[in-house]
Amino acid sequence: MAITLHCDIVSAEKSIFNGRAELVVAAGVLGDLGLAPGHAPLLTELQPGPIRVVKQGGEEEIFYVSGGFLEVQPNVVSILADSALRAVDLDEAAAEQARQNAERALKEKGSELDYARATIELAEAVAKLRTLEQLRRKNAH
Amino acid sequence: MAVGKEIRTQIGSIKNTQKITSAMEMVAASKMRKAQERMAASQPYANQIRKVVGHIAKASPEYKHLYLEERDVKRVGYIIVSTDRGLCGGLNTNLFKAAIKSIQGWMDKGVDVDYCVIGSKATAFFRRYGGNVIAAKSGLGDAPVASDLVGSVKVMLDAYDQGELDRVYVVYNNFVNTMTQKPLVQQLLPLQADAEHEETGPSHWDYLYEPDAKDLLDKLLVRYVESQVYQAVVENNACEQAARMIAMKNATDNAGNLIDELQLIYNKARQAAITQEISEIVGGAAAV
Repeated sequence: MAITLHCDIVSAEKSIFNGRAELVVAAGVLGDLGLAPGHAPLLTELQPGPIRVVKQGGEEEIFYVSGGFLEVQPNVVSILADSALRAVDLDEAAAEQARQNAERALKEKGSELDYARATIELAEAVAKLRTLEQLRRKNAH
Repeated sequence: MAVGKEIRTQIGSIKNTQKITSAMEMVAASKMRKAQERMAASQPYANQIRKVVGHIAKASPEYKHLYLEERDVKRVGYIIVSTDRGLCGGLNTNLFKAAIKSIQGWMDKGVDVDYCVIGSKATAFFRRYGGNVIAAKSGLGDAPVASDLVGSVKVMLDAYDQGELDRVYVVYNNFVNTMTQKPLVQQLLPLQADAEHEETGPSHWDYLYEPDAKDLLDKLLVRYVESQVYQAVVENNACEQAARMIAMKNATDNAGNLIDELQLIYNKARQAAITQEISEIVGGAAAV
């Protein structure tokens, strides 16, 4: 049996995942991080994006987080997400719609447009789509 | 019959009060369920962030954040979380008592105290009690939103950043169960290392930080304080509903007892009046 670490994913609303994992892949602000058991203590901020958890036994699960923090302690990974979802709960059509809306809003650059907010919305929509793509890839296997 | 008219109106008015209290009890019971759910929902995040921050406080970071340093205490800040409405038994009174006890401890040492009050009951109380209230927030309603609290929390954090406060506490009611709520005074700043893991002695490890320690800790620690205050507000809300439910249940029961007693007195008076009337008639007939 593979060596595992404990993984905890909580969002401001509820606890999303809590269990043993062989590998956790998350989107940090400086790039994707792969966290295996025995990783050095680490503290980082998360970007909107997918979190891939290889559970004990090899089964994979994908989550979406809209940003937050990630802490690694020896053999414990804690993810404090602003909001988190299981990838299967993501709505592809809605994400695509949101991306298009955000892009259009950015292009138009209307007078009362909140530029920073539109950028964040775009980033979140793209991250959701990325999560869904990962989920599709996983299912294709 | 004119007998016991006052008693009858009294019974009527108590019955009306009883109707109100029993309705309030039922409303509080259903609100309590929702408040408890809200409390349970945000609990994992609050616990987890507390754990993480406990680790940070224990590490020996390259960059000592302001929130991790113990300073000489010249001025302390209290965030007092109370309810907006009354009729919830001794909930607020007990809370204020616990707060005053802790505050008095500092005042005896010659330390000044600033307050941040949440909920209109605390606002009213500390206006009377005196003291320097630097932030007030009320009218959060039954479903408090974290963003409503950010402003008041920021006032306290800014004061701490500028060295005006050297210690910050939050005072709120801890939801033990429906029957029991315990006032709690919890130190927010500076952060305290987790007491449970004290046995390992001084540690020399540090985190890898991405992007860098300062930015990350600034954001994380502010988030920590906000989440703790939010959790306190949500928990206090659950306490409020539970306490109100119990208080209203007691009031309804007491009204019932009162009605029973009055009914007995009324019946006795009525009986006495009838008996007297009969004996008068009999007496009158005998005299004829």
